[in-house]
Amino acid sequence: MGQADGMGNFYRRRPIWSLIIAIAVAIVLWMIFAPWPEGLVDALGRKKIFLNAVFGGITLGALYFLVASGFTLIFGLMRNVNLAHGSLYLLGGYIGYEVSDATGSWLLAFPVVFVLVAGLGLILQNQVFRRMEGEELRQTMVTIGLSVVIADIMLWIWGGQSYTILSPEWLSGPTELPIVSSIKSNGETVYLRYPAVRIAILVAAIVIGLAMWLVLNKSRLGMLIRAGVDDREMLAASGVRIQYVFLAVFAFGAGLAGMAGIVGGTFQSLSPGEDTRFLLASLVVVIVGGMGSIPGAAIGALIIGLSEQIGLVYAPTYSVVFTFLIMAAVLAFRPQGLLGTVR
Amino acid sequence: MALVERSTPYQASWFERIPTQWWVVGLLLLIMPAIANDFILFQVFGWTFLLGMIALSLMFLAGYGGMVSLIQMSVAALGGYMVAIFGTSGVESISMGLPWWLYIPIAVIIAAIFGTIVGALAVRTEGIYTIMITLAIASAFFYFTRQNYGIFNGYSGFNLVVPPQLFGVDWRQSVPFYYLTLGCATLSYLAVVYVSRSPFGLALQGVRDNPRRMAALGFNVTAHRIAAYTFASVIAAFGGILLVWQNAQISPGTAGIPAVIDILVIAVVGGVRRPIGPFIGALIYTVLRTFSPDILTGLGMSGERFKLLIGLGFLAVVFFSPDGVLGLWERWRARRGSNRDPLTGDSK
Repeated sequence: MGQADGMGNFYRRRPIWSLIIAIAVAIVLWMIFAPWPEGLVDALGRKKIFLNAVFGGITLGALYFLVASGFTLIFGLMRNVNLAHGSLYLLGGYIGYEVSDATGSWLLAFPVVFVLVAGLGLILQNQVFRRMEGEELRQTMVTIGLSVVIADIMLWIWGGQSYTILSPEWLSGPTELPIVSSIKSNGETVYLRYPAVRIAILVAAIVIGLAMWLVLNKSRLGMLIRAGVDDREMLAASGVRIQYVFLAVFAFGAGLAGMAGIVGGTFQSLSPGEDTRFLLASLVVVIVGGMGSIPGAAIGALIIGLSEQIGLVYAPTYSVVFTFLIMAAVLAFRPQGLLGTVR
Repeated sequence: MALVERSTPYQASWFERIPTQWWVVGLLLLIMPAIANDFILFQVFGWTFLLGMIALSLMFLAGYGGMVSLIQMSVAALGGYMVAIFGTSGVESISMGLPWWLYIPIAVIIAAIFGTIVGALAVRTEGIYTIMITLAIASAFFYFTRQNYGIFNGYSGFNLVVPPQLFGVDWRQSVPFYYLTLGCATLSYLAVVYVSRSPFGLALQGVRDNPRRMAALGFNVTAHRIAAYTFASVIAAFGGILLVWQNAQISPGTAGIPAVIDILVIAVVGGVRRPIGPFIGALIYTVLRTFSPDILTGLGMSGERFKLLIGLGFLAVVFFSPDGVLGLWERWRARRGSNRDPLTGDSK
């Protein structure tokens, strides 16, 4: 309900923007589903390239969402700035690699990593963040120090080479999507083929996102969390053991980052430096989407993932700059982020 | 006339008000080439001074402006890049080979403009957001320099960037380079001290403490903050120029995320409340970085683990003394000479 009301208000308050967004969405949908005319092919190259960039972007956005949603949830609820979030991602990836390498089961890696990294998150929240509640700057410094230490320990254990987690049999190879890639001269339509594992990642991210949204908006725990985001002192004063809520959210966010590490290790690779890359991606995603907002993280992740991949295909040198320009534009016109609220 | 007639008590000149410790330290630094060998002069002290300058620019923003900016290393690196691009380097297809009196001002101005633009973006946010935004821009700078071959020569960057042969001196020799960095560091230290006591610096500290009150008093809060970024960028740019001269090369890794974080570590470990802090932090960092491989191998560990040592040291400092080594020192002194004001708790 709340979401629907918000959307309704948006049409009424910003009719022109709604129109522009609707037209942009329609154009993108047309470009994805319709076969391209000659002129467009001449201007942008073959449709397959564009489609691959778009789907790559959406999948990357799904991965960013998995990492950034935990980050934004932790920040939104506790005002904890966990700059070691990228380290949790990479650690989860490495542990996932070890587990799937030892047992041969890709799926088994997920619960193991979730439990282990969530446990580390519990320790972090209980031993580090609780001691410096409200001191944002100190938390930042401490988590930066932690990320340096964790990164070096990981370099010590796993070395500088890059690892790739093998996806299971039933997910390897491409699948055919009901989207026209091109029409051959003999009139035969060619459908887009896309790696199955990436589709699985996308589906998983959507399921997790929906589940988080449902838990946050429809359950008692979600009610407590939302109340905590709005007014922490009042919630604590009304008798809720807020430290337990904090612990649960922190552990969940950390575990999610760890599982995202497995996902990232499967469709990209794990190596030193990936931790800062994903920390920065989460930072940009939550800056664009708005701090503490799960739908904001989803939109931000989608925008950043798409701009990165499309930029990589059409303007390889400047793809980073696109990401940066989007962030700068959001900061300049809407400093609280697209879906953020002013506190 | 009235000023002259008023009988003022004897005021010591600024020259006499400098405490004895400073004279000792200054003298020690001046005669250092007689004591230390070339390696210590060039690697340890040269590096300390120039890293200290870059960290000093962060200290100015964080200590007086309340803005923890992680962009300073990128500004410094941009200054270094501009020296390589407008001056001479091993990449002759890009470098323009302008004379030194032209390329140094150009480099500083471009770096200052970049720092100002970033500052203008960053001051739209506060506190923790500033850190995140400057960190994100710093990483964008890193990736951009790595991917751009037209201007920044991509992955390999520029090599053979050396200081000009002025007055017949090779400034990359250890003793001249030591005095060059010492001079620049001293000048920027004095500049920061001077600015912090000037009306602008006082207003900036007022903005740090209470922006709403300062705005109500008629100060332009945003303009003061952006101007602070500009001033800090100039110092960082000079530090970056010295950095590229010391390494004789510059590449994207110069302003990579680890380097950006190192500057924060240096400033915080030294202490961001006083301009001398960054230099102390830089000295600790450089000594650790230079000698920890030997110490670690001595302890039977791999010499590569110096990052672990630095990270743990940083963690210990931020955990136990948020105001850095200087804060530790001050508290220790306050505890020793327990001459505290019973009302305010300040040491006399």
